Amino acid sequence: MALYSEKVMDHFKNPRNVGTIDNADGVGEVGNAKCGDIMKIYLKIDDDIITDVKFETFGCGSAIASSSMATELIKGKPLKDALELTNKAVAEALDGLPAYKMHCSVLAEQAIKRAIIDYYEKNGIPYDKEAYADREDDET
Amino acid sequence: MKIYLDNASTTKMSDAALAAMTSALKEDYANPSSLHSMGQRMKELLETARNDVAERLGALPSEIYFTSGGSESDNQAIISVAKSALKTGKKTIITTAFEHHAVLHTLEKLESEGFTVKYLPVGKTGNVSAEQVAAAIDEDTCLVSVMAANNEIGSLLPIKEIGAVCKDKRVPFHTDAVQAVGHVKINVNKQNIDLLSLSAHKFHGPKGIGALYARRGVRLKSLIEGGAQERGKRAGTENLPAILGMAAALKEETSNIEANAKKITAMRDKLIKGLSTIPHSVLNGDTKNRLPGNVHFCFEGIEGESLLLLLDSYGIEASSGSACTSGSLDPSHVLLAIGHPHEIAHGSLRLTISRYNTDEEIEQTIPAVKKVVERLRNMSPVWRDKVNGVKPFLLP
Repeated sequence: MALYSEKVMDHFKNPRNVGTIDNADGVGEVGNAKCGDIMKIYLKIDDDIITDVKFETFGCGSAIASSSMATELIKGKPLKDALELTNKAVAEALDGLPAYKMHCSVLAEQAIKRAIIDYYEKNGIPYDKEAYADREDDET
Repeated sequence: MKIYLDNASTTKMSDAALAAMTSALKEDYANPSSLHSMGQRMKELLETARNDVAERLGALPSEIYFTSGGSESDNQAIISVAKSALKTGKKTIITTAFEHHAVLHTLEKLESEGFTVKYLPVGKTGNVSAEQVAAAIDEDTCLVSVMAANNEIGSLLPIKEIGAVCKDKRVPFHTDAVQAVGHVKINVNKQNIDLLSLSAHKFHGPKGIGALYARRGVRLKSLIEGGAQERGKRAGTENLPAILGMAAALKEETSNIEANAKKITAMRDKLIKGLSTIPHSVLNGDTKNRLPGNVHFCFEGIEGESLLLLLDSYGIEASSGSACTSGSLDPSHVLLAIGHPHEIAHGSLRLTISRYNTDEEIEQTIPAVKKVVERLRNMSPVWRDKVNGVKPFLLP
């Protein structure tokens, strides 16, 4: 069996939405270089809809694929939907990740949440801090 | 098109090794312990192979023990000497910080049993000196184990000089020569080696076979019980096809060692020169004392696994000491030992050349690596921060 599914390899080799957004409405960065994974998500938001999303990732194949897939899943969606995106949904959309790479999908989920928090804070929009707490990720 | 540049992981079998194995697999299948004539003929083949291996190392046939490979040889060498030392009460073992895990994990086990292990630092260049070893040896030292060549960054260690220090201080000297045998000249007497581990598949022989050289007078402990094979030091029916393949490969490689090294070194230097033009990168390992086929770089701002996977899509088969390739989150202990921060150690690439590679392959590899590094840097937030001056570059 190959290390990664065909979908992971496709998103890794042809990542969607790579890049940055000038004057993004929300930016979220998670991970650290010491652990070998950093993900950064840029959001353009109009009327609570994610009209554009870009990402930059320093990391392994599954980290790049997870970011790419996560951006696909939230592009054009209401913020509410993006907030409900779980790492499991990202991994499933990629036809699965090896167990020891699941933390890559967690990073993707966290990066999106951070970007949305950033948007709320920049715009003085109140939000439920409890609900946005980072999930436990024992690997990062 | 495939370009195989992972020869430190394993090599393609040579025709000579394959031919030697095939005849043993097809026709010479008897057990060397059997008394019938085919069995006795196998015994002769086995001992001829032992003679050949011994001769190529400058050893006596009675000092060669066939094992399943480098890891087993390392385990047996270290455990044997340590257990023998229990009688003398000496409990300190000296090694380096960047040995193969077959050595390090065996030593960790001995540490848990009450031995003390001194790990010599390998500095930025990735080497140790005989003086360092001499300074570390004291009355409690029962073994020195220093590799002949590093498997990741390719440094060649001064084993002859280290062996001389050990000889002078009467401390047994083991060397893990898995990466060296067949590639650089090895002579156990000239280099003052008491125990040496080798593995056939690193020099175009078959996998799953190796040897342990143990100088006469060194008492080996058997790790596998159940038979009198290998003079009672390694039970189990001998893997004769593999042993014959190994002997054939060793004969061929050692006969052509200088010509091969010259050809491989030229390709190595061409590759190093080409990749050195990538900004914010560093060649790891000893630049002067280096395995003929080893090229090892760290590239700032990217991660090794993605580098490998993209290179693979260009048909280039390489490896990395990157954490993500091994399933752990810690990068290579070798790269940390030469002082790289984690961030740099994550961005490593090892390209290892054999005599089967060609100049054209090297010429195609250089632009492919450049392209892949650039592509990954362009999507890396770490790289962007450095380019924008938010964070400092760590490599020149």
